[in-house]
Amino acid sequence: MTGAGRASGTPAANPPDPALEGLGRSGARRELTPAEARRMAEKVRQVELAISLVLRVGVVASVLVVAVGLGLMFAHHGSYLALRGPLSYRALTSASTSFPHSFATLGHALARGEGRGVVVLGVLILILTPVLRVAVGVVSFAYEKDTPMTLVTLFVLVVLVGSFFLAGA
Amino acid sequence: MTPLDFVVSLALISVAAGVLGSLVGLGGGVVIVPVLTLLYHVDIRLAIGASIVSVIATSSGAAAAYVRDRMANLRAGMFLEVATTTGALTGAYLTTLLPARFLFVFFGLILGYSSFATFRRRHEDAPLTASNDRIANYFNLHGSYHDLAEGREIPYKVVRTKLGLSIMYVAGLVSALLGIGSGALKVPAMDSAMRLPMKVSSATSNFMIGVTAAASAGVYFVRGQIDPIIAAPVAAGVLLGATVGARMLGRATSKTIRILFVVVLVVISLEMLQKGILA
Repeated sequence: MTGAGRASGTPAANPPDPALEGLGRSGARRELTPAEARRMAEKVRQVELAISLVLRVGVVASVLVVAVGLGLMFAHHGSYLALRGPLSYRALTSASTSFPHSFATLGHALARGEGRGVVVLGVLILILTPVLRVAVGVVSFAYEKDTPMTLVTLFVLVVLVGSFFLAGA
Repeated sequence: MTPLDFVVSLALISVAAGVLGSLVGLGGGVVIVPVLTLLYHVDIRLAIGASIVSVIATSSGAAAAYVRDRMANLRAGMFLEVATTTGALTGAYLTTLLPARFLFVFFGLILGYSSFATFRRRHEDAPLTASNDRIANYFNLHGSYHDLAEGREIPYKVVRTKLGLSIMYVAGLVSALLGIGSGALKVPAMDSAMRLPMKVSSATSNFMIGVTAAASAGVYFVRGQIDPIIAAPVAAGVLLGATVGARMLGRATSKTIRILFVVVLVVISLEMLQKGILA
């Protein structure tokens, strides 16, 4: 990185490096020394990669589970597979179609190995990915020793988790 | 149309929705809801459930790349989520208080105005180099990103955080009340109010919409609005599309993204006005 080369010079002569700017911890009253700024930049980078990894893992896991569920749905119901036929998709998308919409019914559907239960499980993994991402954010800002941002992210996590409990799932 | 035709065609449309959503920071709901209701004649409640799935899929699929490539402003995004999640939570309990028709007309007009404001800024894209905003300085919300189209690192400063927070609160409120438009107010809040560069605004909006949508997804799941045969092709297709779109944002020019966003915003605004006036 360019910042590493410049850091050996006298701090006053350094032009502000755009890549390093904005990486100082929030609420900081004093300027960071070049060495501190470099360590900070490394930490910030680790946090970015951790959050990116959480999102990627969540996305891949959910796609795999959804695909398996879809495969099971078609495997159990041969008539779904026809390209032409009397069976319309609208039987599956009307307001009276039944599918799991609570953890209890989801558990039953999964126990019976129903494809639609597996799909719903995959969708739930997808829904929980942003929540997990916020949780990792809390830990990450604490690791950066950035108290204001840790508290802000913790508040978001509490609201998110609270919304799930208020929904009564 | 048999279930197989439905799943395959919907998955293909969802790929396109994911590409568009990840480029303009809106999630795929803009495409998914009209396609499901008008083309497939699916019940609106199930279409909105699918839209929530598509928003989360766009967000997580694209943001994985935007965060890694430092296109999204992680700190600003996480900071502003305080306002969007609070807004989403209050919105869930206001649903019965205000008539939906009035809300559709009201927000249709607001989005119409913000598309005009976003369009007007198309020639003055230079990011700010200084900020005296106390909140932005305290939480250090400023940043920089590498612009592949211009081939250089572009630093920027953030201003008017209070105004940004207020718009973000309304954005969370709207998405919970109407089930659409969560990103439509987020991008103008960051671009026009807080002066983040257009591409950063879009990437950061993408990063944020998943969390706003997740705050109301629990309710949709319990109400039985997430139908697996619709959600499966939407989730898979949108995730693929968002991954592709995230590779395109870096190379596109800010102006292209801005114009694309304005066009989509005009469409949403007309859609809302139509729902409010004709419904």
